[in-house]
Amino acid sequence: MNINATFLGQMIAMAFFVWFCTKYVWPPFVSIMEERKKRIADGLEAASKAEKDLESAQAKSEEQLKAAKVDAAGIIDQANKRAAQIVEEAKDQAREEGQRIIASANAELEQEVNRAKEALRAQVSAIAVAGAEKILEGSIDQAANEEMLNKLATEL
Amino acid sequence: MADASHSAAELTVQEYITHHLSFLTFGKIDGSWTFAHTPEEAAEMGFWAINVDTFGWSLFLGAGFLWFFYRVGRTASVENPSGAQNFVEAVVEFVDSRVSETFKYKNELIGPLCLTLLFWILLMNTMDLVPVDLLTSFGFEKFAAVVFHFEHAPFKVVPTTDPNITMGMSTLVFFMIIYYSIKNKGLGGFLGELAFHPFGKWMLPFNLIIEVPTLIAKPVSLGLRLFGNLYAGELLFLLIASMMGLWQLPAHFVWAAFHLLVIPLQAFVFMMLTIVYLNAAHEKPHH
Repeated sequence: MNINATFLGQMIAMAFFVWFCTKYVWPPFVSIMEERKKRIADGLEAASKAEKDLESAQAKSEEQLKAAKVDAAGIIDQANKRAAQIVEEAKDQAREEGQRIIASANAELEQEVNRAKEALRAQVSAIAVAGAEKILEGSIDQAANEEMLNKLATEL
Repeated sequence: MADASHSAAELTVQEYITHHLSFLTFGKIDGSWTFAHTPEEAAEMGFWAINVDTFGWSLFLGAGFLWFFYRVGRTASVENPSGAQNFVEAVVEFVDSRVSETFKYKNELIGPLCLTLLFWILLMNTMDLVPVDLLTSFGFEKFAAVVFHFEHAPFKVVPTTDPNITMGMSTLVFFMIIYYSIKNKGLGGFLGELAFHPFGKWMLPFNLIIEVPTLIAKPVSLGLRLFGNLYAGELLFLLIASMMGLWQLPAHFVWAAFHLLVIPLQAFVFMMLTIVYLNAAHEKPHH
């Protein structure tokens, strides 16, 4: 139980072991644990960031959807208006066309009536002349009576 | 085995215990380098002798665990740590958190120093749980008798029951205390702490009488506490083994179970006190 060189030996051994541990054993473990800590922190941060991104994306999409709905409603409204307008326009055109057809038909009818009147008048005068010739049986100077007959025809 | 129990029966209790408490000392006696056959011969060798058994185990255990840690550290990975890596990381983290709780300054050496101390002392203490006669009477003694014709060779397997080992470590810690004290406080600051505390400069001799033993007591108590605890444990194992016959089996078990607390506790205490002392060595004097 006496103190001997083992004492020195143990001091030297311990100094060497501590040096070895400081240089080759401690650093890899500390750096690995630091690295892992950092990675976990980064991962958590990324997760919370992703959650925030997701939230904002959802809000954005909702907004866009709302805007699209408003747009669609506007477009449908406009289309409905335009359709009503087209129908109105078509109705107006049809009405005008109908009136025009009626007017031209009326004019033609009047023309026909006038023409019929003319023809009738001519025939009446011819009948009157023939009737008169029959009555007089004589040859009346056609030229002398022409004037009187025409006058009669116009009176008819 | 019959032979061993026969020869053990020939020994008295005192001889048995003395035998188990002697070291395998290699030194110079009568002009030639040899092993000491008796404690008296070992004492005669003086300072330039070495306890081959305890120092050998100390080196073996220290180099063994550091080599293992080193191998694990070289293949360590961040993403899929192996079981061994998890174990070493747990040890490193335990030491690192103890250090950062107590040690308030920046020093890259304290963590590895404490890791080395804790695990090395833990392993050396754990050798106490190896049955006292397994490596000694049934192992090395037979080997030495056959190979070196060295009958009844002593062989101590618990390095921390050798005061050379424990005082060697605590003295190195003491040197570190002195070194860091002078480095951080200056030589004047360090000596001033010894001379002008706690009673001011007019009580200088009185201060020295208080402070110098306080300083010296640090390594002495550090080394002797560890030695004393393990020596007492070893001694009780020897007493149980030599005096209780068959009843030694349950008694060994009970004492070993109790010793399971002492072994890590003493390693932990040595580490913690080292941190505390070195922290004090970093404190700037506040005047």
